[in-house]
Amino acid sequence: METTVAHLKRGQKGIIKEFTENLLPIKLLELGCLPGNVIELVQVAPLNDPIYINVNGSHIAIRREMALHIALDIIEDNMVI
Amino acid sequence: MSKQINVALIGNPNTGKTSVFNQLTGLNQKVGNYPGITVEKKEGICKLPRGVKAHILDLPGTYSLNTTSLDESVAVELLLNKNDKDHPDVAIVVSDVENLKRNLLLFTQIKDLKIPAILVINMADRMSRKGITIDIELLEKKLNSKIALVSTRKETGINKLRELIADYKNLPKTQNVDISVIAPEYFEKLATTFPKEDVYKLWLVITQDVNFMPLEKTLFKDASSFATKSKSELKRLQQKETILRYQFINGILKETYKVDLNAAKGFRATLDKVLTHKIFGYLIFFLILLTIFQAIYGWSEYPMDLIDGFFASATEWVKDTLPPGVFTNLIAEGILAGIGGIVIFIPQIAFLFLFIALLEETGYMSRVVFLMDRIMRPFGLSGKSVVPLISGTACAIPAVMATRTIENWKERLITILVTPFTTCSARLPVYLIIIALVIPEGSFLGLSYKALTLMSLYLMGFGAAILSAVILNKILKIKSKSFFVVEMPNYKLPLLKNVGYTVLEKTKSFVFGAGKIILAISIILWFLGSNGFSDEFKNAETIVTKRVEQEGFSASSEIYFDTHQDGLDINDPNASDQQKELEERALAQEIAGYKLEHSYMGYMGKAIEPIVRPLGYDWKIGIAVITSFAAREVFVGTLATIYSVGNDEEETIKNRMAAEVNPRTQKPLFNLASGVSLLLFYAFAMQCMSTLAVVKRETNSWKWPAGQLVFMSLFAYIVALIAYQLLK
Repeated sequence: METTVAHLKRGQKGIIKEFTENLLPIKLLELGCLPGNVIELVQVAPLNDPIYINVNGSHIAIRREMALHIALDIIEDNMVI
Repeated sequence: MSKQINVALIGNPNTGKTSVFNQLTGLNQKVGNYPGITVEKKEGICKLPRGVKAHILDLPGTYSLNTTSLDESVAVELLLNKNDKDHPDVAIVVSDVENLKRNLLLFTQIKDLKIPAILVINMADRMSRKGITIDIELLEKKLNSKIALVSTRKETGINKLRELIADYKNLPKTQNVDISVIAPEYFEKLATTFPKEDVYKLWLVITQDVNFMPLEKTLFKDASSFATKSKSELKRLQQKETILRYQFINGILKETYKVDLNAAKGFRATLDKVLTHKIFGYLIFFLILLTIFQAIYGWSEYPMDLIDGFFASATEWVKDTLPPGVFTNLIAEGILAGIGGIVIFIPQIAFLFLFIALLEETGYMSRVVFLMDRIMRPFGLSGKSVVPLISGTACAIPAVMATRTIENWKERLITILVTPFTTCSARLPVYLIIIALVIPEGSFLGLSYKALTLMSLYLMGFGAAILSAVILNKILKIKSKSFFVVEMPNYKLPLLKNVGYTVLEKTKSFVFGAGKIILAISIILWFLGSNGFSDEFKNAETIVTKRVEQEGFSASSEIYFDTHQDGLDINDPNASDQQKELEERALAQEIAGYKLEHSYMGYMGKAIEPIVRPLGYDWKIGIAVITSFAAREVFVGTLATIYSVGNDEEETIKNRMAAEVNPRTQKPLFNLASGVSLLLFYAFAMQCMSTLAVVKRETNSWKWPAGQLVFMSLFAYIVALIAYQLLK
């Protein structure tokens, strides 16, 4: 299974690879959620949903169902970017 | 030089666009609606140098010209339609210094429409703290535009902005990005088919999600058939366009925008950790709610008492000063009562919006949405429905107005429709008096039956709201696809000026919007209650006086005397005077009651008796149910008039109600069965014309309030019927 934003742990970062669903809201892209950008999981809501991410300097909350469609490569702690 | 410059203010949410608007226009602003839709239209006048004036239109906040909500499409339409009287001569794009990159996306789109654009970089006061430096001159050159560096907090840069607006004719109209490179063939075909139109404009019309209003559709009728590409292909192209724009922006910012990452990291992270914590987060939210409640419920009591007292004495004054007659009665009992009924809500509305504005300005509201979203979702509601639902327990009117923050129309509509189920403060007087009458003494687990009843009524209100939300979510087929993407803005100290403007504006829109309807209905109710066609009505005074002379006072007056003579000392030399005064008052009350019985309203009550009898009510309660349609608390007052006791005599009303006998069963009229039936009826029925008026205002159609009225009344009737028939 592909790694997506929904798989990030709190504080973990990743680089967006692609969207596995074409109909993601364009608003998300406009906020800077674009392939190649770094995305960080800032906070998870108490019932595990929604999640709160920082991408390209934009802090946004999205629901988990949407996060599942944003594929990424996780940046391991020892990697330097 | 009398022509006004049309200026459109546009920008992402949370950039301080409204603050810029407030600073440009001051109090020269007004808020209305766009014709036919519920999107708020804010406009104002700004004085520019050299005696020029500008008409400023504050467009709904949007992240780009690719619209996802009705609000946003209003902005786009205005920019596209050159024939609109508000079509801007110049657009001001407001951005904030920290999110400049993202804000520039919208800016490049506006430039590409060839509309002269000025870039405002707001919150300049945060630059040094965040370690940001910008080469403004170079940025202006790269964007081919003019920039005003503004701080609305420190009030700097606004004059420069005024200069730039006045000078708008010198702004270049060149495009920033040539988007045709994302699909050269497609765009070439567009350009050859519509040689007169701008390609980017065509592209925008083709790709809009939201239904456009008729205007440009006719022009582009062929364009939509031209959208030979499938939806997902178009979406791909839109994504490509966004990426292209970001490439352009990144290229520019690399040379002009520097952030020193070593500068302070801000306290956002720390505060977020606490405020969205799984325990503290809810605890803090709960405490804030308690405060808001206390304000709406407790603090506003003082101004409300003052208003109440003022209108009571004003009515008194009118009656004493003006010559008696229909006209005086109309002013005193129709118009003044109506205006009083509007003004009385102002403290609650002002307090609620004060808090909402504070929570929004500080950035806390987004955290509440984040905390509550998952909990509300199964009911077809969103995290944004929480505040309206909770403020509904004070009063549904400000609550319905507070739904404006919900962008998704379906979620907003459901929230508006179910909010009136929550137990508002106007139900309380009705609940209290009936509970005191019919619920027996005794306790369960240390809680008295009376308290438990009251609590169940509150819970039932919430239950009905949630249940109907679930149903509405199933049956409403509304296409308003909006995904949950909520920006979590930085925490900020609220600008008191902005908060003040919000409170003022919301209060005004209630008073003049819903107020008109409330006033009209209260005049109608007054007319029905104070006019009649029968001889009994016309000769009420002689008939009642004669009856009292022959048969003595009625049973209700006897109770009235009993309650009041307790305090009388027979040895007091004034006792007979006081006795006389009591008798005079009792007579006046009996006449009023007799009149009401034979007025149009009285006949209406008798006409609906067959309908309310299965619920255990008689025609008198029927009248009270009708009049309390104005507002629930009127129930008690109407019963007082019918039973011929003074309006402010709570104890007397209660004793009188307890003594009332049902002529058919010879049992007390207010017993457990009819009492519970009444409680349930008031818990669920839409007995509040003010709420209906506000729902009409907010949904811009009578369809929704009418549906609400029918559904809630029917539901209330059935529940009350079942309860009465079971308990009887």
